[in-house]
Amino acid sequence: MYRAEVLVIGSGPAGLMAALQAADRGAKVALVERDAHLGGQLLKQTHMFFGSKEHYAAERGFKIAENLDAAVKDHPGIEVFEDTTALGYYEDGVVPLERGKKILPAAYDALIMATGAQENTLLFPNCDLPGIYGAGAVQTLMNVHGVVPGNRVAMVGAGNIGVIVSYQLLQAGVAVPAIIEAMPDIGAYHVHASKVRRMGVPIYTSHTVVSAFGSEQLEKIVFAEIDEKMNPLPGSEQELDVDVLCLAVGLAPLTEILFQAGCQMAYVPELGGHVPLRSDTFETSVPGIFVAGDAGAIEEASAAMVEGKIAGMAAAAGLGYGKEQYEKDLANAREELAKLRNGPAGAITRRGLEKLPHPGEVSG
Amino acid sequence: MLSRSGVPTKKQIESVKPSKERLAKGAVAIVECFQEIPCDPCHTACNSGCILPFADINDLPQMDFDKCNGCGVCISACPGLAIFVVDESYSEEEALVMIPWEFTPVPEEGAVVRGLNREGEAVAPATVKKVRSSPQKNGAYIISLVVPKELAFEVRSIG
Repeated sequence: MYRAEVLVIGSGPAGLMAALQAADRGAKVALVERDAHLGGQLLKQTHMFFGSKEHYAAERGFKIAENLDAAVKDHPGIEVFEDTTALGYYEDGVVPLERGKKILPAAYDALIMATGAQENTLLFPNCDLPGIYGAGAVQTLMNVHGVVPGNRVAMVGAGNIGVIVSYQLLQAGVAVPAIIEAMPDIGAYHVHASKVRRMGVPIYTSHTVVSAFGSEQLEKIVFAEIDEKMNPLPGSEQELDVDVLCLAVGLAPLTEILFQAGCQMAYVPELGGHVPLRSDTFETSVPGIFVAGDAGAIEEASAAMVEGKIAGMAAAAGLGYGKEQYEKDLANAREELAKLRNGPAGAITRRGLEKLPHPGEVSG
Repeated sequence: MLSRSGVPTKKQIESVKPSKERLAKGAVAIVECFQEIPCDPCHTACNSGCILPFADINDLPQMDFDKCNGCGVCISACPGLAIFVVDESYSEEEALVMIPWEFTPVPEEGAVVRGLNREGEAVAPATVKKVRSSPQKNGAYIISLVVPKELAFEVRSIG
């Protein structure tokens, strides 16, 4: 049996910060990442990050991943498990870690779930044709493996991911003849939208994909304008010859392991779907199990980092580490998080969090 | 409308323009940031105190144009690539526009390229006056373009 004081599952922005914070306070930390490299989605982000200095603003995402990777690996208090999958949660709380063909059962005093999110998808005729990708796959192909997905890409979704990936496609020399968005407004930060717009990419709001066509792979899509009830307006159909259709239609928290651990969950659309109830220190209804980042609510990386920080310091404090500074550091981090969410861009998260009860406020 | 098309309105552009007198004096930063998002590196990057401190990180940047020397450090510090420098004192007929650039190929100095507006339409030939890598050394470039003066607030990209 492997033993860590704090076991962190997932090494995206939330998990990296949680591990560093808990270890800085003296806890013995294990950080588990199923991918070959630490960093989660940060690895694929070539754009500069928003936020403030404390959240590495104006640094490119992959640079942030590189810096935090080095900090974690240089830390004597952190053991890193790459290429290692947390398979589940046993009844006695043990988490089986799969590395290669071996299972390493892991016990811990505190567990931080920073598992991130999964992509939503979209149903339409022929949506299973080769050439239709999720935006995460396109980013992995291009920004991890250096392979472009095709020559002409139609993007579905004008949220931050859709617009950022469109820009990255342009940078890779791939044509993006359309960004198609069902909502009446662009969800992305408008500055991101303006970046692709001035490179000549049209953004069709209140539009959706009607159908895909192709014999062996995607050759063409038809998209159309939609009314408020999301019904296509007859006569508004447009054809577009493309070899790739990229879906960037939102994320949902990756919470299977939280369900399995028996954490109380609630469905809150504003936060992306099913999310665990948690205290102000991100402790779930199961004592000693914390959540941080997109696993608890779909948000920006800067917020995920601060959540990781809070969960890491709270987990360490629960084990008696860093108690003297804890109240002050916690208050500062909570204030930092509140500031990030304070503006109009944070309204949806604020609304979602208001709906989410604290553990203990509901039965079951 | 910006939230529908990604293109800021004329009114929005007017709202971030310095006075005619200030424009005539020379290079000045134009911050085309119209949405309150949690982001403040423009203020942190500015060495001349021209981009004022943020009361709230979600605030829109506020400028003291008289302090701006047009150095362009903010151009590549803005994660949204929303800052440009305009110098209307460049010549009688022409203005210099500095834009952020993250594409290859990087144009050669002296080349004549197509100046694109905020919708990506070619509006005038633009001469590449200067190409420098960003002060942040983050792989981006700042390109100085010579454009007809009346297009100093139109040309925002090249193609």
